[in-house]
Amino acid sequence: MIAIIDYGMGNLHSVSKAVERLGAEAVVTSSPAEILAADGAILPGVGAFGDAMANLRETGLESVVKEYAASGKPLLGICLGMQLLFDESEEHGQHAGLSLLPGKVVRFQGDYKVPHMGWNELSFTHDSPIFQELAPGHVYFVHSYHALPQRKEDLLATTDYYQPVTAIVGRGSVYGMQFHPEKSGELGMALLGNFVKLVESKAKD
Amino acid sequence: MLAKRIIPCLDVKDGRVVKGVNFVNLRDAGDPVELAAIYDKEGADELVFLDISASVEGRATMIEVVRRTAGEITIPFTVGGGISSTDDMKRLLRAGADKIGINTAAIRNPDLISDGSKTFGAQCIVVAIDAKYNAEWGEWEVYTHGGRNPTGIRALEWAKDAERRGAGELLLTSMDADGTKDGFDLPLTAAVSGSVGIPVIASGGAGNAAHFVDVFSQGKADAGLAASIFHYKEVSVREVKDALRAQGVNVR
Repeated sequence: MIAIIDYGMGNLHSVSKAVERLGAEAVVTSSPAEILAADGAILPGVGAFGDAMANLRETGLESVVKEYAASGKPLLGICLGMQLLFDESEEHGQHAGLSLLPGKVVRFQGDYKVPHMGWNELSFTHDSPIFQELAPGHVYFVHSYHALPQRKEDLLATTDYYQPVTAIVGRGSVYGMQFHPEKSGELGMALLGNFVKLVESKAKD
Repeated sequence: MLAKRIIPCLDVKDGRVVKGVNFVNLRDAGDPVELAAIYDKEGADELVFLDISASVEGRATMIEVVRRTAGEITIPFTVGGGISSTDDMKRLLRAGADKIGINTAAIRNPDLISDGSKTFGAQCIVVAIDAKYNAEWGEWEVYTHGGRNPTGIRALEWAKDAERRGAGELLLTSMDADGTKDGFDLPLTAAVSGSVGIPVIASGGAGNAAHFVDVFSQGKADAGLAASIFHYKEVSVREVKDALRAQGVNVR
């Protein structure tokens, strides 16, 4: 069972349908017990960083996500959900994140279009089970802020948008994808499929 | 670098796909969810659903189409047509739409752009602009109600205003080119794309693959949208992408 964490931010229906299409069971939930009992968890998110953290705090889910991550079961943050994994963001003021990965989230700065919106190509920078047997290709991004992981080894894939942009991060069982795997065609589904496989193999251990 | 996007548009009325030639004489081209899945497999980068239902029942049917589509496809999709409040937006986003297109309602109530952008994020607010050349002005005028009513508003100014108010993207339709199949309106597209810092989807006039090459190279568009040429299989999304790739345009 994979828990799609519902804290009032974003499009949970598409993520949950995508997980189901991959043959896994998904439950959209805000219940701490259900999240902590799940074999895998996905932290989605669309919207502003500060609002998202405020919602996580108000619903008591901030400590639940941290406790879940500490258990060593696979966690995947998607889009804003990935950014929340870091220490802080400068989106509309400074906001503290979940601090599951060291680093910060900053705004795109430069003479180019923001948000970074559309299909962009991945480059894999470190080996990871999350892209096992996959070749890099295009995935779908929509974001105005991007993450700067403090540790180089946490950065698993980048994309190029006037600079190298963090696309996939991971450390231990905590993963994050800046793009939307559930909206990224075959490659997105395959990446999500690898996360589902990680969840299944961990559950068997 | 970002790939240029190819976006089929499906006009939906009471749960069925139709396409107007010059916005009249509708023809039925099938089930929207089925068509959406075909376009996804064919390599479409996004989809746009334009709900042209006039009745409450028709709009309720659209929510169901959105829900079914979200469970079926693996690419983002925008829903537009008849959306006039953040509650309307919320219902469609909850059902699984990724972006909301607003047109006439945004002209009538520009706060809808900022309200939607603040509530749901700029990335899901697409402001659709129907523009027609006004010879007297020597530039383009915004039309509403599916291209029937002139507004007296200059398209370039409205584009910049929409961006300032928080639009994440513009869907720019040339009323002059729409339905002609003679190619996109390159001067209009280039003028709008050059005046804003958000992505511009060019629409209206696509008749063949070469027209997409032109709209990206000369029109400076970020995405190209078409309906009937894809629905009636005059050219496939794949063929368009092959042509673009051959001309060195970055596509998925």
